[in-house]
Amino acid sequence: MNGTIHFKKSMRRNIQIKRIGMAWVILSLFTFPLHGEQISAPSDSLLERGYRFLTLSDESVRMVLLGTILMGLSCGIMGSLIVTRRLSLFGDTLSHAVLPGVAVGFLWSHSKDSWAILAGATLAGFLGVALISLLKKTSRIRQDSALGLVLSGFYALGICMLTRIQKMEFGNQSGIDKYLFGQVVGLSSTDLWTMAFSFLLILALSIFLYKEMLVAGFDPEYARSIGLPVDFLQYLLWLILAFAVITSLQIVGVVLVSALLVIPAATATLITDRMRPILIWSGLLGCMAAATGAFVSFLGSQLPTGPIIVLVSASFFLSVLFFHPRNGLLFKWFSSHNRNHRIALENTLKAVYQELESIDFQQDSISVGQLAKRRRASMPQAHREVSALVEKQHATLHADQSDSSASPKPVLISLTPKGWGTACRIVRNHRLWELYLTNEARYAPDHVHDDAEKIEHVLGEETVRRIERILSNPRKDPHGKLIPSQRDIDRGFIS
Amino acid sequence: MNPSVSKPLEIHDLTVAYQRKPVLYGVDLEVSEGTLTGIIGPNGAGKSTLIKTIMGMVPSNGGWVKIFGKTAQKSYARVGYVPQRESVDWDFPVSVLDVVLMGRYGHVGWLKRVGKKDRIIAGECLEKVNMLPFADRQIGKLSGGQQQRVFLARALAQESDLYLMDEPLAGVDAVTEKAIIELLRELKNQGKTLLVVHHDLSTAKAYFDQLILLNMRLIASGEVEKTFTRDLLQKTYGGRLTIFTEVADQSAGVREYEKETESS
Repeated sequence: MNGTIHFKKSMRRNIQIKRIGMAWVILSLFTFPLHGEQISAPSDSLLERGYRFLTLSDESVRMVLLGTILMGLSCGIMGSLIVTRRLSLFGDTLSHAVLPGVAVGFLWSHSKDSWAILAGATLAGFLGVALISLLKKTSRIRQDSALGLVLSGFYALGICMLTRIQKMEFGNQSGIDKYLFGQVVGLSSTDLWTMAFSFLLILALSIFLYKEMLVAGFDPEYARSIGLPVDFLQYLLWLILAFAVITSLQIVGVVLVSALLVIPAATATLITDRMRPILIWSGLLGCMAAATGAFVSFLGSQLPTGPIIVLVSASFFLSVLFFHPRNGLLFKWFSSHNRNHRIALENTLKAVYQELESIDFQQDSISVGQLAKRRRASMPQAHREVSALVEKQHATLHADQSDSSASPKPVLISLTPKGWGTACRIVRNHRLWELYLTNEARYAPDHVHDDAEKIEHVLGEETVRRIERILSNPRKDPHGKLIPSQRDIDRGFIS
Repeated sequence: MNPSVSKPLEIHDLTVAYQRKPVLYGVDLEVSEGTLTGIIGPNGAGKSTLIKTIMGMVPSNGGWVKIFGKTAQKSYARVGYVPQRESVDWDFPVSVLDVVLMGRYGHVGWLKRVGKKDRIIAGECLEKVNMLPFADRQIGKLSGGQQQRVFLARALAQESDLYLMDEPLAGVDAVTEKAIIELLRELKNQGKTLLVVHHDLSTAKAYFDQLILLNMRLIASGEVEKTFTRDLLQKTYGGRLTIFTEVADQSAGVREYEKETESS
């Protein structure tokens, strides 16, 4: 038991080091308690807990669910506004920069009264953003460095202050450290009100200022030219982003807030490339991840809510990345695999055709050996290609009756009408395209083969008709070979 | 005052500096209604800066600009601006139709949504630039020339009286260039006033009926026949105004902003 806790601690520490080494040095100096909190006491059975969650009979469950859903929606919608503007890192910086403000707000009100903390955090966030633009304007520092500077500097300051507060007498039971790692248990009704407030702001922003935000994000210069206050809109975006970040801090903590902003929005951009659907998808995904995460962390013991929500969100992202029916990697891989398979099949058919052509179509079958030679492949390879043809009913196999001396008798391949048609079409595509390139695009005849090797597999019937019309139904390709016509395909034989 | 009486654009003694380095010196300019005017000059001559200053995006250090007799801020609704293609994030999730609809935003007003009428107008504008079949395409999935035509459709949808265009012919193919110029002429014939930054001297004479020759200061402006002369072009492009640039560099104190002004 002890071992696993220790392991978890070091895991989290690792993440910390990766995220921000500087602050960790300070953090470890004060040996801050590390704990992500979970919702329930682990005393009841899994079934009981599931029942309690789903029936919403528990007051605390209701609050937690409402809180996480509001957070998921807010961060999802807000995230899509900043991810499409390539400002993902700004969300991260803002979430770290508000920390000193949280501390100041707490010192001022001596309680974790949300409004004072919200005000302090917003101020600190704005200070951070202003500092970034100041650095950019007055020095050679580039934006990414400015972001890094502000992020780590403010974070370090915030941790120092929070640590001091914890050591003060009124700070002992304050639970102020929840802002670092998130804690869903202590969610008060004031917290929920501030979350609802920020959610309504975000909703209003994305509905009433939709078109203003759209044009300012896409083309700020043009937006200025039609009289829009682009800078004001930008600051409004920062302000509302700050609200979203601050209200989410106490559930998932400083470090993971940016995940809530970025992951649902990034997932949404995999699904669609229009702004409105991105907003809706991102909000929904954020909300679903938050609710599911809350549920999972309620069910399991020793599972902190914030990180679980982020993990659920990330798993949504991965599912879309792989399994999306149009843009998913799996689908892309599958269709490219299919295409390669088809091209291989068509190349085999073409080789059979060429082999038949070389004997002036005196016979209707060739041996596997001939095919292997034509394809420059080994015998086993040729056999594999032939069985692929047979499997797709493009060809049939039979033993060679004429050569009675040989034993075992060589296997002969004959094309079925279907295979013959496909073979004719591919050869036709190849030769038509070569002719088109030489006649219309003025390629030299010895420059066209390689291109035709690729184009033959993608030429559609409609394009073929157009090329035929342009070349007035040619019979021969640039190398003097016959181009199979529709008649040849129908007849099943070339004449 | 009746707006048709005052000129579409009047500029008096306009001076602009980036980071204390002057880019435009005392430019005086008057543009008459219903003209198609090209702004030409070498790189770093301040062509784009002139347009951006007219639009109020770059603050001026002196002089004034009047659009239809009023300040620029009061005339936004009558001015259509076509920015350079590089100023835009082409990966942004908007469709071609969305972009053209942005031309209607000035007419729609705050907090309201674009209406059916705006959609019809946007569709017609797309039709005019032959881009209607691409209406649903994400804007980044178009070629450079197609993107430029969409920008033009957006300008058309603005239904402005004065158009300021920053290199609308940069990086477009010959066919698109011809189509765009034809469209500009059509607008001119409808009584619109067009000011176009142009980079290609060889076509300037054929495309425009008025020219503005610019190189940090106004070299000449007026009818093509009178301004497209060897003498004036030499003054604009060749024989760099050495003292001018030297003084400009000194007053800036540093040379590192040279890039910034060159690119604009």
